[in-house]
Amino acid sequence: MLIESLVILPLAAGGAALLTRPHGPRRLLLLVAALAHLGLVLACWAGPVEPAWGGTLDLDAAGRLFLTIASVLFAAAAAYAQSYLKQEDPGLRSDFQEGLAFANAPERVFTACLLFFLAAMTLVAAARHLGLLWVGVEATTLASAPLIYFHRHRRSLEATWKYLIICSVGIALALLGNILLSYALFDPGSGIPPMDLDAVLARAAGAHPAWLKAAFACVLVGYGTKAGLAPMHSWLPDAHSESPSLVSALLSGALLNCALLGVLRLFAVCVAAGLGDFARELLVAFGLTSMGVAAAFILGQGDFKRLLAYSSVEHMGIITLGIGLGGGAAFGSMLHLAGHSLAKAMLFMLAGNILAAFHTKSAHDVHGAVRALPVTGPLWVAGFLAIVGCPPFSLFVSEYAIAAGALSSGRIGVAAAFLLLLGVVFVGMATPVLRMAQGPTPPGMAEARPEPALAVLPALALGCGVLVLGLWLPAPLAATMREAATIFGGAL
Amino acid sequence: MHAFVEPLMVLLVLVNLGLLSVRRMAWCIRLAGVQGALLGLAILALAPGAEPEPHVWYLAAAVLAIKALAFPMFLRRTMRTLHLRAWVEPYIGYGLSLLAGLAALLFSLWLGSRLAIPGLHLPPLLFPAAFTAFFGGLTMLVSRKKALTQVVGFLAMENGIFLFGAPTLAWGSTWMELAVLLDVLVAVFVMGIVVHRIDRTFDSIDVGLFCSLRD
Repeated sequence: MLIESLVILPLAAGGAALLTRPHGPRRLLLLVAALAHLGLVLACWAGPVEPAWGGTLDLDAAGRLFLTIASVLFAAAAAYAQSYLKQEDPGLRSDFQEGLAFANAPERVFTACLLFFLAAMTLVAAARHLGLLWVGVEATTLASAPLIYFHRHRRSLEATWKYLIICSVGIALALLGNILLSYALFDPGSGIPPMDLDAVLARAAGAHPAWLKAAFACVLVGYGTKAGLAPMHSWLPDAHSESPSLVSALLSGALLNCALLGVLRLFAVCVAAGLGDFARELLVAFGLTSMGVAAAFILGQGDFKRLLAYSSVEHMGIITLGIGLGGGAAFGSMLHLAGHSLAKAMLFMLAGNILAAFHTKSAHDVHGAVRALPVTGPLWVAGFLAIVGCPPFSLFVSEYAIAAGALSSGRIGVAAAFLLLLGVVFVGMATPVLRMAQGPTPPGMAEARPEPALAVLPALALGCGVLVLGLWLPAPLAATMREAATIFGGAL
Repeated sequence: MHAFVEPLMVLLVLVNLGLLSVRRMAWCIRLAGVQGALLGLAILALAPGAEPEPHVWYLAAAVLAIKALAFPMFLRRTMRTLHLRAWVEPYIGYGLSLLAGLAALLFSLWLGSRLAIPGLHLPPLLFPAAFTAFFGGLTMLVSRKKALTQVVGFLAMENGIFLFGAPTLAWGSTWMELAVLLDVLVAVFVMGIVVHRIDRTFDSIDVGLFCSLRD
């Protein structure tokens, strides 16, 4: 009953949000639904959860980890939304970039789509059936497209269209991959098994290698498009920079993970079929490519939301690389997944505060953020330190584990490239981020502006989370991460 | 039923190539509908046994209703309400588009001969029919200026994948395929809404106007 309610609760709350006209109760509904979802997710940690819908919905360690991250981020975003939506003018406004008038999408639709988005992500995390997983990933695209188009101006429309088309094509490719997989599992005696993950894993050893390889390649490129792996990432910087900050936080911290889960589910099938080495090489290649492409675009990036978006491409690359390396690096990847989600969501929320105060996305025009925004400014610097992997934040620990994994498996070249690219990204991010934080405030801007509590507290909480994960990993969480790493072929 | 498989596949290949070479939007949409109808019939024809089982009938009916009727009607209505120009407006010429389709045909014939599974008898023309639809859709998606043509391209791609998966229906239920169909239905409607928005904001649905987001 628990798993069904995890999907049904946000769906029902979304439906109710569509019907609720007054803003106050609807915003409260969003927060209550998010907290209730988080509560239910935490209840899943108490003990084994009963599978639902004939075993198509079940939470293994990986599903629990991905779902918990999504739910924590959603709760933070829902809290942030309270102050964000209050500040949004309902009427026509002037776009500060092009000076054209625009209005917002109806808040009812926005809130409902947020909740539907959560339901779709829950479905992805809990799916034990590869077809259902596909349906869930496609549903996340459809629920999140209206979120990107909340501010109804040209640029967000362009971003929405690119997102819809590129991701739909990607997901179509993943569907092709699923069909190839079902052919790969054909057996003259019993035909094609149902796409139930357990049945697929059980049959994997007898799969036709050429078909399975083709299936994995299609799924990797397909879901990889949505997970923001380079070179299929072209929608990502546009969508992240044009959507409202709380949506960027969810896209980057929760949606990319869910899409990556699709890749990893099939990776586990490849490992079970004895094609682990082939799949690992592909993951390592895509991981390093993503890091390289992201580093190239981070250097000299003038738009701070695009900067964060490219950083997401980099981190998805790191996670993919870690899984590809296997062993201890796979555990590092799982820790990195959690750390990146928390830190990136925090940074996007803070970027939203900076954007609201300075009315520009140009990293060159913002300076004195620490003086102007006494809470957001210092947190922005802290978030930067967390995301580039400075100790004691958890991303340091996970990046260390991945580098150590590369070295211990004798992949010196991979380790060197990994460390070099991390260094490049550090320099590339430090320059704009620190310039934004330091210096005098721009003329005509008041120093030490008061900030609404709910605009900064969620970011602060997420930041504390990254810090705590770096210093102390609670035993159940560590065990779950280890188990998830084992599911994805990383024997410890 | 099985006797119809080969003629259906040949028709599908022809329709796929036709999609790449038609110049009028209206014909483009009509052909995509024909493709959907042939797909529905192919699902029935590919079903094992002398008579398709009930769940295959339901799926074929859903495919016909959605892909052969609902989508063309919806796209035609969009075309009318937006007062679109009648032509497809490609970035690359029709000849070159058709050449891309023929290249896809040759590639899929080669691929079909390479990827054989012992014991599994797929109709010989399934690969060409499915993959020309897939690659043709992809070509339309990247080589046409109108946002609406891109939607048609997406549909053609999806039809190709669906056709490729049709023989797997013999083993198992169809709830998954129906869910996929539902997802595509919603996707096309969401895309349709966005196309309307694009028209209202840019006074055109030429995606070449999308140039404000770059590094």
